[in-house]
Amino acid sequence: MSRFLRSLALSVVLSLSAWSSALAQEAGGTLNLIVQPEPPTLNVGVNRLGPTTYVGNKIYEGLLTYSADLKPVPRLAESWTVSDDGLVYTFNLRRNVKWHDGQAFTAKDVVFSFEKFLPALQARSRLNLAEVKEIAAPDDHTVVFTLKAPFPAFIFVHNTAVLPAHLYEGVTDFRNAEANTKFVGTGPFKFAEWNKGSFIHLVKNPDYWGDGKPYLDDIFFHVIPDANSRAIAFETGQVDVLRAGDVENFDIRRLAELDGVELTEAGWEVLQPVGYIHLNNRHKPLDDVRVRQAIAHAIDRQFIIDTIFAGFGHETNGPLSRLSRFKDTAAETKYEYDPAKANALLDEAGLKPDANGVRFAVKLVPLPYGELWQRQAEYTREALAAVGIKVELVAADVPGWFKRLTSFDYDLGQNFVYTTADPAVGISYAYTTVEGDNAGTTGGNVNGYSNPEVDRLLVEAGHENDAEKRKALYSQAQKIISAEVPLIWTHDIVFPTLYRGKVRNLITTGFGTDENFADVWLAK
Amino acid sequence: MDRIGFLTGRAARAIVILLGVIVLNFVLLRLAPGDPASVLAGDQGAADAAFVEELRHDLGLDRSIPEQLWVYARSLAQLDFGQSYREQRPVVDIVAERLPATLLLTLTAFGFALAAGIALGSTAARHAGSLLDTILTGISVMFFAMPLFWIGLMAILFFSVWLDWLPSYGMATVGAGHSGLSHVADIALHLLLPALTLGLFYMAIYMRVTRASVLDVLDRDFVSTARAKGLKPGLIWRRHVLRNALLPIITFASLQAGHLIGGSILIETVFAWPGIGRLAFDALMQRDYNLLLAIFFITSAIVVAINLVADILYVAADPRIKLGA
Repeated sequence: MSRFLRSLALSVVLSLSAWSSALAQEAGGTLNLIVQPEPPTLNVGVNRLGPTTYVGNKIYEGLLTYSADLKPVPRLAESWTVSDDGLVYTFNLRRNVKWHDGQAFTAKDVVFSFEKFLPALQARSRLNLAEVKEIAAPDDHTVVFTLKAPFPAFIFVHNTAVLPAHLYEGVTDFRNAEANTKFVGTGPFKFAEWNKGSFIHLVKNPDYWGDGKPYLDDIFFHVIPDANSRAIAFETGQVDVLRAGDVENFDIRRLAELDGVELTEAGWEVLQPVGYIHLNNRHKPLDDVRVRQAIAHAIDRQFIIDTIFAGFGHETNGPLSRLSRFKDTAAETKYEYDPAKANALLDEAGLKPDANGVRFAVKLVPLPYGELWQRQAEYTREALAAVGIKVELVAADVPGWFKRLTSFDYDLGQNFVYTTADPAVGISYAYTTVEGDNAGTTGGNVNGYSNPEVDRLLVEAGHENDAEKRKALYSQAQKIISAEVPLIWTHDIVFPTLYRGKVRNLITTGFGTDENFADVWLAK
Repeated sequence: MDRIGFLTGRAARAIVILLGVIVLNFVLLRLAPGDPASVLAGDQGAADAAFVEELRHDLGLDRSIPEQLWVYARSLAQLDFGQSYREQRPVVDIVAERLPATLLLTLTAFGFALAAGIALGSTAARHAGSLLDTILTGISVMFFAMPLFWIGLMAILFFSVWLDWLPSYGMATVGAGHSGLSHVADIALHLLLPALTLGLFYMAIYMRVTRASVLDVLDRDFVSTARAKGLKPGLIWRRHVLRNALLPIITFASLQAGHLIGGSILIETVFAWPGIGRLAFDALMQRDYNLLLAIFFITSAIVVAINLVADILYVAADPRIKLGA
């Protein structure tokens, strides 16, 4: 209850401050940001990597965005309706929107994007659009999606960028289309210059549909590959914002103490990141639920949060983030740090220690995303050694890590996953039975976990139109998954953002800094 | 052997070396776990096995390695290095954008290292055993022993953060809109720290080699003879000592050329210098095969060319060396 009151108070304060700042916005100025690593493209229709969406979302827009409390917010669609049976989604598009090359934005662009472009290039869109029976444009400013069955998560897939159909006329090979590198969107900022290896420059779109927006004249994204150099660039005032991953968490605490620097944990309500240690359920003895539970009890997850991630994070005992509307902590099994219990479970599973105190040996593939994950891997090795599980760390870079995890060529593997605003698009794939030796991506069921009851519950919950029934189905799924612990949920991740106090309205929706920045302004 | 014959022979050898570099790198890259399809599918967050296989087919990765090599070799024969699957542009364009920055950085560092290394090394040798020699040798050991990235970070801390004299990253001030001479000056200011950092390490090496080489030559009979003939010390120094002492330095410097480009990866990362060192690292992380192979090819070609130049310099420095010997 106290948490509820706290978040209520916080949202009141936030909306008041948003209201007061709305009265005082000042136009003009340049915002200096960091993008790392340098994205391969700015076209968010082609690539959905973090750096691409960070820059590209200022250029391209979707039909909707989502508030911090996960309500749809109008973007290219100014209003929408969902039929009572949950089958028909009708979007009414804005009429005064122009592409950056001056052409008018119409329903044709939306139909082209969802029917042709996105399913050709984006696996996630393809999975989501498999739910759609038909996309129609009764007029230039209306788009109607008719689904095969109710799929309430469908409202959460419309932050996906819409692309300009007129640039792709006659094109069949969308992946290699020349138009992909034109970066023509409808967003508040237009592409100006990309000095490869140095910076990306976006300028204000004077014809933007939002009245008086954007406030900023331009944005520079600096390319700075080294974390220490990024910290220095922020300290010396050359850049105004540091995002998660720009510097390591231990540096964030230090930088947050600097004069005029603000820290916020907001802006991850849509993506909802959770840290994982995958367990390969197809390998012995990890196929034994007692062994998996023992591992969960052997790892001090609070230590991981406090010491390794510098206090940024929350304990979690199930597949959903604390930010999820469906999170049911009562249904979850709590895995307290208890090496004695871990030892007892391993004994019960018949895994007795040998003369060297080793019960069995496993290989752990660390997540090659920087220092903290490496430290977590080293801690895991020590923690599991204490209960007689010998862990060998395997060095791998990103493609190698991906290959091992998706082909079940590992025992333990680190990961973090965006569980997203709706479990049907976020976590269903992670727990649904996979046939064969290819799990697709690391967001899929790389654990090789298989429980027909969970499969049934996830499919049913994904297609249940009644909100209460849906919640109950997800509670049942969480109960089973949490008890069978197919993987270790190390922590509910907090990705803090640091920024100079002069930067206002930096985070206004559940997308945080991935938002289009139409509302951002600089105090003089 | 005549000069043309010598150069043709060396050039032919260089081409064979470069072909070897391509084939070896081609095979090694494909043996590393994970491929471009893994990276592309990994970007998606959610994909099924069919999507990954489709990508692999599109990128021609479902063929055998010899088949892929054959396809690559055929396009290479037409001087086509292929497309980057990440940027969807010809890799030659991408490398051409980044090569000037690396050349500027490494040549400046190389020039500084060579000039300072020879000057300080010969000074140390002339005053061998003195306090000055001890100090200079100490400096050389220090820069040789310190990791490049550490020198770089300390230089940034000192000159950029504390003194605020020099920019801490990049090749030019972002958004400053300089042009003409002020643009050149801006780049020169940005170049100073990375070039010195990279150069100091190599300066330390050249200093040690020069000192040892000069001391060795000073002991030779022809130097004693020159002295006995009553030649002026300056003349002995220039004509007899330095010229002979230079040979090992030329050998060393040409061998180090490859290392210098390797070292520039670190420096380019620390100083956000937009060169091919950093490009190579990113391309490796993304398994951008064509881009990586083009970078390897071009850097190998530069190293081979530098060695060819070294061979020619050798002859110029020491007329006793016969062409083709």
